[in-house]
Formats: sequence, structure tokens, C-alpha cells
Amino acid sequence: MDMLKKLYGPTGWAAILVALVVMLVMVPVMALLVPKTSAFHLSAYTVTLFGKYLCYGIVALAMGLAWGYGGILSLGHGLFFSLGGYMFGMYLMRMIGGLGQYGSNLPDFMVFLDWKTYPWWWWGTDHLAYVLLMVVLVPGVLAFVFGWFAFRSRIKGVYFSIITQALTYAAMLLFFRNETGFGGNNGFTDFKFIAGFPVAAASTRAGLFAITGLVLIVALLACRFIVLSKFGRVLTAIRDAETRVMFCGYNPLPYKLAVWVFSAVLCGIAGALYVPQVGIINPSEMSPANSIEIAIWAAVGGRGTLLGPIIGAGIVNAAKSWFTMSFPEYWLYLLGLIFVLVTLFLPQGVMGLLNRWKRT
Amino acid sequence: MMSISATANSEERSISGAHVLIPGELDLSHGVALYLDAINVSFDGFKAINNLSLTIDAGELRCIIGPNGAGKTTMMDVITGKTRPDSGTAFFGQTFDLTRMREAQIAHAGIGRKFQKPTVFEQHSVFDNLELALKADKSIWGSLFSRRNHEQTERIEELMELIRLQDFCHRPAGLLAHGQKQWLEIGMLLAQEPKLLLLDEPVAGMTDEETERTAELFISLAGKHSLVVVEHDMEFVNSIARKVTVLHEGSVLAEGSMSEVQNDARVIEVYLGR
Amino acid sequence: MRALRVIFYCCLLYALPAHALTQADLAPLVGDDFDAKLTLVDKLGESDDKAAKTVLQALSDGNLSASSSGQVVLSQGDTYVDAATGAPVTVNAADLQDVVVNNRMHRHLDSALAGLSLFDADAKIRLAAAQQLAGHADAEFLPVIVKAVKREQDPKIKKLLLQSQAMILLDSTDAAQRKEAAQILGGSDSPKVRASLAERIDKNAQGSAIETDPAVRQAIVKAIAKIDSSMAMAEYLARIFSGISLGSVLMLAALGLAITYGLMGVINMAHGEFLMIGAYATYAVQGVFRHFFPVQLDWYLPAALPVAFIVTFLVGVILERSVIRWLYGRPLESLLATWGLSLILIQAVRTIFGPQNVEVANPGWMSGGWEVIPNLILPYNRMVIIGFSLGVLLIVWLILTRTRLGLFVRGVTQNRKMADCLGVPTSRVDTLTFGFGAGIAGLGGVALSQIGNVGPELGQSYIVDSFMVVVLGGVGQLAGTVAGGFGLGIVNKFLEPWIGAVLAKIIVLIFIIAFIQKRPQGMFAMKGRTVDN
Repeated sequence: MDMLKKLYGPTGWAAILVALVVMLVMVPVMALLVPKTSAFHLSAYTVTLFGKYLCYGIVALAMGLAWGYGGILSLGHGLFFSLGGYMFGMYLMRMIGGLGQYGSNLPDFMVFLDWKTYPWWWWGTDHLAYVLLMVVLVPGVLAFVFGWFAFRSRIKGVYFSIITQALTYAAMLLFFRNETGFGGNNGFTDFKFIAGFPVAAASTRAGLFAITGLVLIVALLACRFIVLSKFGRVLTAIRDAETRVMFCGYNPLPYKLAVWVFSAVLCGIAGALYVPQVGIINPSEMSPANSIEIAIWAAVGGRGTLLGPIIGAGIVNAAKSWFTMSFPEYWLYLLGLIFVLVTLFLPQGVMGLLNRWKRT
Repeated sequence: MMSISATANSEERSISGAHVLIPGELDLSHGVALYLDAINVSFDGFKAINNLSLTIDAGELRCIIGPNGAGKTTMMDVITGKTRPDSGTAFFGQTFDLTRMREAQIAHAGIGRKFQKPTVFEQHSVFDNLELALKADKSIWGSLFSRRNHEQTERIEELMELIRLQDFCHRPAGLLAHGQKQWLEIGMLLAQEPKLLLLDEPVAGMTDEETERTAELFISLAGKHSLVVVEHDMEFVNSIARKVTVLHEGSVLAEGSMSEVQNDARVIEVYLGR
Repeated sequence: MRALRVIFYCCLLYALPAHALTQADLAPLVGDDFDAKLTLVDKLGESDDKAAKTVLQALSDGNLSASSSGQVVLSQGDTYVDAATGAPVTVNAADLQDVVVNNRMHRHLDSALAGLSLFDADAKIRLAAAQQLAGHADAEFLPVIVKAVKREQDPKIKKLLLQSQAMILLDSTDAAQRKEAAQILGGSDSPKVRASLAERIDKNAQGSAIETDPAVRQAIVKAIAKIDSSMAMAEYLARIFSGISLGSVLMLAALGLAITYGLMGVINMAHGEFLMIGAYATYAVQGVFRHFFPVQLDWYLPAALPVAFIVTFLVGVILERSVIRWLYGRPLESLLATWGLSLILIQAVRTIFGPQNVEVANPGWMSGGWEVIPNLILPYNRMVIIGFSLGVLLIVWLILTRTRLGLFVRGVTQNRKMADCLGVPTSRVDTLTFGFGAGIAGLGGVALSQIGNVGPELGQSYIVDSFMVVVLGGVGQLAGTVAGGFGLGIVNKFLEPWIGAVLAKIIVLIFIIAFIQKRPQGMFAMKGRTVDN
């Protein structure tokens, strides 16, 4: 009880409760029970779209924690997101069973490559529990190994960003290849079932949306707990004056590593929630551009806050959805401008703007 | 010369004289806090430290002076693990081989350092700065789940009073005046409860009154702690010094009381001759 | 001496038809009897008559026609001559019918012509003929080759002829001859020869090989090994060359990046787009030349250099003045803002030039290549680019070390505040240097347009690699950038054939991470206290 009080004040908890009710009760009801003719009905498309934003929100939160509090600007978060997505995608591919175009037990792309059996790294991917474990483990272990080497040699700041970008780029090239057994260019798509439920059904969509919302709230609370603990203060101290922290007797390595791995795992989970909702995962998700975009979500919302990045992800992606529908030619101009203007004029992001407005 | 019969890294416990050396525990029983012998450091051929040997006794207050580029800061870097020497031995007490330890381990073992440029956590409040420095479990699990207990709060308040920042408890450290930052950093050092304090130009940017108080503080600390003070302010050195070491071109030029050093022909040449 | 030799040759060739060529000899060419035509071609090929060679050449070029009366004539533009005697004739062009040549005849024609050339007095013509024969000598040319070998004095030509002979003898019924042939072929360095040697010892589906004699088989195996080692040498050199070529491009791409990061602490993610703009400037200049000076089209490239430099310089200056100057010393923010700029630049180019790749052609003087040793051809365009990047490097070095701007740049890089106090106009230096770095990238873009596709995403594909060069080489260090660029280029090209381009990239990345473990500041870092904090 004491801890809950520490995390958020009464208004904060009330807001969280409202968010939970909206996401877990109202949206499913509006999508499934309200008749299609009603103005309050939510189409499966809308539910999926907002589900996608929630996934991006989790990623942005992870970025906000690592960058805003830890000073680690990772350009590898797109990779962890995709890895989580691919892990879960493997399960979804297994669940297609013999319903593929070639009627084989293997995914279509493997039939196409004339493969006779699943390669070893597909082992166990037909078990949901195993896959869920992998969704956490694969991004986590990769982040751990990579981070351990990088932080150990005191690679920081922009160097770290560049190296993680190179890592993401290399992984993208790897996943583009057919031999790696992840469907090459086309990736995974045409999913049919998830845990026995048809993927495209409105009820499944609503369920996935609710789960994503729940995960986002839990992740937010976990991040809030971290940030408010002494751990969080050491983290920001490392961001601001790493040498001083060391001479205070803290070893920065485990701190950075822990926050970076946690952040990567959050991305992996977000990716796993994203794939069944969007219905496709391919290597272009790993392109360096995507990872940088994640950073701008956090920047738009406001660095050094937790809610900000989530809001930022919503704003940027809503703008993206609208622009790419109405003026596809101009979206990149706008996105480019957002990058420039936010860094020049809005270093605190939307949250900073709100705070200033609240004070006056 | 003291005999080194065990290093901090070795598991064995060997007998040296009458008592047992325990790796991982500070041992000042021979009365030596810091022992540097034949240390060499070079950067791209430039010898920053040249065959430097220095011994600081337990409880001693030592001042180190020397012209710019004499190797004072590099020596501190070696002691705190920031720079690895090319050769030579560096021991803290009898058990800690400083050349094999990382910065955080050295700090944990009981060496605190104040930088030339005051470095505090600017985004954190004065209280938080001190709390982070406080001697405690500094592992990630410790800091994730530990709660501050009553004694710790009291200790922080005590320190704030000592450094006269009790009125600025919640002010972000970045907003403090230069001299106040110096004091805060000293306070953080004390919060660590180190056995050896390295202080690089501690009174730069302080008013005369503040300087005086710093001198009092240092003198009161000596005995319980060992202090190494690097300073350019000769008046300040004069007011606290019992023993002074003069560094020049990376090695010890002279050592002795302030008046001895001041009358040393070589020291005069270094300071005034060129 | 010369006269004696000619007589000597004539004696050797006594077996060939000695009389002058007549229309009667050429009669088989008229009509559709290809067997007769072939016999004639082969016969002419063994003659030493100059006219025979003319006829064969004309036949090969399709310049031979026959009149309805059966006279074979040779067209020389608008006029005609008698194919046998070379005397001018008047014929009605409408009355003429082309002498038909089929594929089989073409093969015989080539070899016959080659055979004739083997006896030419000019060593160059003999060499060319020998090289042509080496590719595809048929058994029927064995006698010609044997004769030519005996007569040939030039060792290089003789070696080629001997190898052609050995290729034919490889099918001899005499095992000793086959063995000797295999031994001779071991001195070859052609992949074709290697393939046909391997063909003879490889087992077919039934498990039997063409060559069954164990001694000959052994000789063939030895010969293959010998060829392999000389081919490996060529391949090794070729890889070094392509590594250097890739490295020079990487270096060009990274030079400006290293300078601006060292100077201003700004990470410029839009740097790749300067490359792209340089390449598009080249495309535009090419278009102007095509339209206005089509005759001088080959020289559009030198004209593109100043244009590309100036355009990218200006874009660089505008970006520096408007955005980048506000981000000094904030590398993370500058990374994001310049990424935004790169998006805008890419989309702008898409709007102006369209999203597809545009075509930039190599000028004539850059196509082709130089054959250093057999199997090692260095393309001229790559060589020009290597030379060009070294030239740019030299200019950059001179500017940084010999000019006032260079002095200012080095001063500001080391201590901005101090330079400011000394009256260095730091803000102008920043603008100029950023523009300069952009201009270098523009020149790099001109080079890139000559070896790869030019499209809006051109810069994106180089940005990761150029950052790796900077990380590896150390920031703000010219020597580091050079070593990093060439090092990465060569390592990449050596890894590629073993493990493929993608894995090579990953290995290189792992290598860089491992390298940074040892030297976090790169290969050529400034050391000492100034680096920290």
C-alpha cells in the first residue's frame, strides 16, 4: 500500500483506473456488443489501429526510460521490437498448419525454398509458452551480450547510438536473406490462429487490444517504480556525471546494462503484441529509420518523463496515419520537420509545454 | 620499506610479521595508508609521471604542490583507477593493489576523490546528492529495493549542517554557487566515509571565509582520515600543511615541512627560475 | 636476313596451294553446298596467299557477294572488286546476292583467319591470332599450329601456341602425348584450360572419367594445382584492388563526416544525402551536356566536379546556418535533427527527380580496363576513382595543414573557447568547414555516380559504413579516416567471397566492437587529459 502511494498520487491512480476501464471494458464492449449501425461501434480496423499505437507506446516508454533517464540513446530498439515480433511470428506461422497455399505443414516460404523440415531454431515454436519465453529471452540476451561489451569499454553517447544502428542494420541484412529461415523479404504473414482463436476475428482483435493496454499500464508502473527508486536516481546521476558516480563507489556497468536490457525486453514484448494485430512482420521493420523514429516519439512527448514518450508515440503515429492517407507525398517532409523543430525548439517535448502552460 | 606478502587478488592468507592480512579488508596496521613506488605513466611518448614514489601515512594530512603539468592530477588518476600506470606498484593499505582495481572498487575500498572542477549531480537535489554518496549497498538490487532508514536520514542532515547547505536541502545542485558546489562535493566525499581523501584544488572559487572553514575542517579530519590535498593557494597550504611534497615533471622534487620546502634551492628554481 | 627467312618460310609452306587465287577456286562459295564451302574455307586457311586472307576476312565480315553469272565480288563501300584478283569490276548491285555463311562456317572462318595470322610478319598480329586460337582450337588446326610452333621465335606467342597444341593433344590416343600435354598446360593461367582439364578427370554419373590412364590423371591433377596457384595470385590481387576501391569510396564518404564531428561535435546523419546530391548534380550536368554539347559528352564528368562541389557546399552552408549551428556540442540532438534534414532532402530529390533511379553513364574514356596479368583486369572507372579520392585527400590535407582556414579548424577542434578568445571567427570557421565537408561529400557523390545506381536512397546505404569508418579511425583524425576507410574496404572484400556480403558486414561490425574494447577512442585518438569529461 505504501509503495502504491509512492508511485502515483490519487489523481494519477484515478487516471490509470480510467485508462484501464476504457481499454479493458469499454473498447471490447464497443467493438463486440454495440451493433454495427450504432455511432458508438468500433470497427475491427479502428481497434487494430489503436492497438498498434499502444504497442508503439510501449516501445516509446522503453526508449524514454533508457534515453531520458539513462542517457542511452539506442538506435537498436527497432531491432528488439522486430525480434520479439519475429519470435511470436514463428508461433503464428506454426499455427497456420496445413492451411497454407501449398497445403504443406511447413510455411509457404520454406516449401518455396524446397526445405523438407524445420531448421533447428524453429524448435519448440509451436508451443505458446516456449515462444512467450523466447519473446523475452531473445531480445534480452542479445541486449545483454551487446550491452555488456559496449558498456564495459565505456562506449557511450553518440558512439553507442552509432554502434547500435550498425547492429540493427546488420540484423536487417541478415533477415532479408532467405537462408536465415525467416521468410526473407516477405517475412511472415497470412496468420490464421492464435492460441486457437482466429486471428482476424473481431473478438480476438479486441482481446489483443485489451492485453496490449494492460501490458502498457503494467510497464508504465514498473518504469515508474524504477525511476523513483534509488536505482533511478543513480541512473540519472550516471547520465549526468558518470565519473563522479564511479568515485562514489557505484559500478555504472550493471546499472546501464540492467536498464538497457529491461528496455530491450519491453520492446520485444511490444513487438510480439504488434505482429498478431498488424498481421505481418518483415525485415523492413528493422531498418535504421524505424529505430530513429522511436527516438523522435520520445523526444516529441518529452524526455525525462514516462508519460511523455507514450503520448509522443500517439501524436506522431496518428499524424503519420492521417498524412500517409491524405497527403502521402508530404509525410516525409513533415516527419523531417518534426525532427528538426522538436530538437531545436521543444527540448522538453509536449510534456514540457504542458508544464509551462500549467505554471502560467 | 614495507614488505608486500599478499595482493588484494590472491585468495591465500599469508603471515607477515605478527598479524594476518585479509584480502578485501583495509589494513593500516603498518601505519601506511598509500604506497606508490616507481610509477610511470606516458601519453604518446610524453611522460606525465616519471618514476614517482610516495608514501602517505595513516591519518596524515599531506599537501602536494607543483607547477602546471607536474603530474598532480595524473597521480590522482592513477590512485583512483582512472588511469592505469605503465609500470610501478600502488597499494592502499597493505591489501589493495590499486593497479588491478576498477574505479568503483577503489571508491568502495575507501578512497574518495574530489575533482578539480566541482562535479556534483546537477539535476539532483542536495539531499539526493548526499544520499547517493552515502556508504550503503551500491549494487543494483540494493538500490532498487532498499529504503532509506532513519539513521541514514540523520547522517545526511548532519552532513548538510556541516557543509552549511541545510537551507538548500531540495535545491538542484546545478543551481548552487561555485563555492557551495565545492562544499557539497566535500560533503559527498565525507558521506562515503573514506579512509583516504584525495582533494584536487578544494578551495578554488571559495571566499576567504569559506577557505578558512575548509582549512579547519581538514585539520579536524586528519587523524581519523588520511588526506592528500593538491592546491595552488600557498596561503591555504601554509595554514594546514604539516608535510608538503613538491612534484615536478612527474616525480618528487622535494618533501618536508613548508619552510624546508620553501628554502629548497631546486624548488625555488622550478618556481622562480624560469 | 629477312629475305632468307621469308624463303625459309616459303619452303616450309610448300604443301599449300602455290598458285594465285582464281574465280574458279571460289566457285563453291556460290550456292548452298555448305560442305563444299567449308572445304574451301579450310583450304584457304592453309594458303599463304594474301588474297586468300582478304577473301576469308570479307566472308567473315559479310562483304562477299556473288553475281548471277557466278562471279564472286567484294564490296568496298559503293564499289566492287574481283574477290580473287582484286581488280575493280562493275556489276549491277541489284543483280548481286550475298554469300551465305552459317554458324559452323563462322567457327571455321575464325580459326582459319587466326591460322593465317599465325604466319604474319607482325608479331602483334601473331600474338592476337595465338590468343584467339588458345580459346577454341579444334583438332583440324593441329598441323597449322605445329608448323607455327616450329617457326615461332617470340617466347610468349610460342607458349600460347604450345598450350593450344597441348589442348588438342589432350584428346590424343597416345597416353604419353596426353601426359606431356597436361604438363604443358600446367603453365597456363586460364580458367578455361583449368575447366577442360578438370572435365577429363571428373567422374560422370556412371562413375567413370574421360581420362583413365593413372599417369596422365596424375599429370592433370598436378597441372590443375599449378593453374590454381597462379589463378589464386590473380584473385588475391584483384581482391586487394576492389578492397582499395571500396575503401577509397568509404574514405571519401567519411572524410567530411570526421572533420565536422571533430570540429563541432555534431553528428551529421544527413551527410549521406550530400553524397546523393553530388551524384544528382552529376546527373544534371550530364543532362545539360547531352542537350547542348552532345559532341563533348565524354567530358561532362570534369565539368560535374565543380558543380557538385558548389551545390553541396551551398546546401551545407544553408543547413549549418539554419539548423546545425544551434546544436553544437549536443551530438545526440544533432543526430536526430540531421536525420530529419536527411528525410527532407531525400523527399525533395524524389519530388524533383522522381523516386526512380536515374541513369548516369560512364564516359567512353572510363569504360574498359587494364589487364595487368591474365585473369586480372582492373576497370578504368575504379582506377580513376581511386586516383580521384587520393587527389581529394591530398587537397583536404593541404587545406588543413597549409592554409589559414586549416589552422583555424585545427585550433577550434582542439579548444573552441581558447580559439574564440584569440579572435578566431569560430562561427565563420564552422560554417565554412561544414560547407567544405559537404562539398567533399559532393565530390564523393560524383565518384559514386560512376560505379553504382543513383537514386534518392543512395546516401542511406553509405551512412552506416561511413560512421563505422569514423568510429574505427578516431574522430577528427585525417590519418584515422584514411586507415579506417581502406582497412574496412579491404577486410570487407576479403571476407565476402568466403562468407557472403551480409555475414562479412556482421563480422566487420563484431570486429569493430572488439576493437573499441581495446581502443575506445579509435585508431588515431588524441590522448591525455583533454579527452575526458
